[in-house]
Amino acid sequence: MIIRVGHLYPEYLNIYADRGNIAVFTRRAEARGHELRVEPVTVGTPLEAGAHDLLYVGGGQDREQGMIAPDLEARGDAIREAVDAGAAVLAVCGGYQLLGRGYRDRDGSWLAGAGLFPLETVAGETRMIGDVLLESTLAEAPGRTIAGFENHAGRTILDDDSQPLGRVVSGYGNDGSSGFEGCRIARAVGTYLHGPLLPRNPWLADLLLSWAIGHATGDDPEALPPLDDELERQAHEVAAGRARVRGGRPA
Amino acid sequence: MGARLALETSAARLVGRLSRAAGRGGGTTLPGKLVWKLDPGALDALAGALPHGVALVSATNGKTTTTAMASSILSPVHRLAWNRSGANLASGVASTLLAARDAELGLLEVDEFALPEVMRRTRPRVVCLANLFRDQLDRYGELEHIAERWRDAVAAVGDDTTIVANADDPLVAALAEGRRRLRFGVDDPSLSRATLQHASDSKYCIRCGHPYRYGAVYVGHLGDYRCDSCGHARPPLDVAAREIVPDGLQGVSFGLVTPRGEARIRLAVPGLYNVYNALAAASLALSLDVELDAVVAGLERFRAAFGRFERFTAGDRGVLLLLIKNPAGANEVLRTLEEGGVPETLVVALNDRIADGRDVSWIWDVDFEPLLEQAGRIVVSGERAAELALRFTYAGFPRERLDVVDELGKALDRGLELIPPGAELVVLPTYTAMLELRRIATERGLTRPFWEGDGAP
Repeated sequence: MIIRVGHLYPEYLNIYADRGNIAVFTRRAEARGHELRVEPVTVGTPLEAGAHDLLYVGGGQDREQGMIAPDLEARGDAIREAVDAGAAVLAVCGGYQLLGRGYRDRDGSWLAGAGLFPLETVAGETRMIGDVLLESTLAEAPGRTIAGFENHAGRTILDDDSQPLGRVVSGYGNDGSSGFEGCRIARAVGTYLHGPLLPRNPWLADLLLSWAIGHATGDDPEALPPLDDELERQAHEVAAGRARVRGGRPA
Repeated sequence: MGARLALETSAARLVGRLSRAAGRGGGTTLPGKLVWKLDPGALDALAGALPHGVALVSATNGKTTTTAMASSILSPVHRLAWNRSGANLASGVASTLLAARDAELGLLEVDEFALPEVMRRTRPRVVCLANLFRDQLDRYGELEHIAERWRDAVAAVGDDTTIVANADDPLVAALAEGRRRLRFGVDDPSLSRATLQHASDSKYCIRCGHPYRYGAVYVGHLGDYRCDSCGHARPPLDVAAREIVPDGLQGVSFGLVTPRGEARIRLAVPGLYNVYNALAAASLALSLDVELDAVVAGLERFRAAFGRFERFTAGDRGVLLLLIKNPAGANEVLRTLEEGGVPETLVVALNDRIADGRDVSWIWDVDFEPLLEQAGRIVVSGERAAELALRFTYAGFPRERLDVVDELGKALDRGLELIPPGAELVVLPTYTAMLELRRIATERGLTRPFWEGDGAP
């Protein structure tokens, strides 16, 4: 089967090795006999309803994020409609912030986001940088660990009734104090974790792929057949160990 | 030199000798750390005591090599205080100045982040700003942030400081506006890349945000850029490299065009990135009133800087160390390897200590793909060997042609065993992996420790 991926602003948002995440989707789909077709969606290109099974938004430097923010905000309705129709979304770092309601800068100015995730981000004084380890709070995989690296000045505040991606075992997470990281709504996941995120957390890649396949077929998502993930397991263990030893601590 | 400084200086020198005697490496930064802690103002006084002043070099990539090339040019002319081992924070600079009692000229590479403070304290005659690429975002933050610090630092030094800047890097070239300056760049469109690399920085106009149109792209985002919207463009080149002829892993030659005339240069280190380093070193020397003949002789004499491009022999086989530390630098090393013929076997080593960057995501921004298409077997090593293995296997490199050997010594052995006698093993280590490999080589009697020799085998 063909899995259609819309990669948003790849030439602007590519700071934390986002192509690593795309490579993981591609290979893991291929290993199950599927083909991933990645289409760049950038300033000026339309986002057609139903055209994508998975949308990917990466992180950028502040300047680049500022350049595409108005375009992304304007796509808010289209993105929410895609998610309502069952498309999967993975948004990392800047992409995660920009898919929230908005970002309040240090000078008080407000940068409106796409409004998919029920959250807001406020610029902080210091950056929260370091290895992170989470325990998933996803209903599909409770307690499974996610290892990554975070580097953000924004404090992301989830609405009271919104779901995080995971509980912080070690590191800062959304805001350095809530003890939670990321956000999940329907088949959309947003997170600060890069590293990149997926190579060392292949189960999460498979979960997102199963959602994307579910969107493509119109059936309920089914777990994908397992692969030999020994290298992934080793990399995960080293990264998780780094987080335990030197991850940031919630303030 | 005041009495207090003299006392601190001798105490710190003693610490350096004790540190070496105790076997704690080269003792390169401990004395400086001590004096820096006792009295940061000592740096001002140490720099002020140099009769020919101070020249600084900073960049994301190439500062150690550029400074070493400049040393090769300047050392016949002046007695130098030169931080050859790359101790480039304020404390390392202080150590270097402390250790060089009778130096006439300070020649110092400086960490990008430490540059503003070192500039403020040493009041340099020349500052060479060579390039800015994304590097260790966990440590340095974003590119624009470093550029902002550099802008402030340049604005704070006196008008008599010459700014040597890379004209081919939009952010860096702009720093020399309105200053006494010398701007260098490459002028050879025949070597232009077809497109910008995956992880290019600064590809949008620094004035208006419109994408630059490139007449030529040389290294990363360095090239001949022009904004069609507002007209911002690469400034005229004061010093240029033309008619560049690469010679695989053996070297590269080029025509050097300067305000003092032209000359043909044959470098013994390869790659277009080393042409940029040579342009930076030549421009720095010219701005210190060195004659063109001396520039040419110094560049041609130059062999390699510490750990960047080092060869040593291991029995009947050779080892070539090529440092990789960030996407732009690694891409140029890989490009040079591709031009010289990709080796059948190579070792790649990734550590994640502070000096390497704790965030290893940068390896995914490196364009390893052309190398992976041609290499036969790869040994991955270092503290994050498994991450490298994932980088390569997800790029399509077959798992069965990959050896995961965490320990560097064993990885070196494995690599040597895989190549035939008489061949050379190419090793691509990150910074601390390079230090460890040099230590292993020293233990095995393959090379000398850097603080005893000139860093070249």
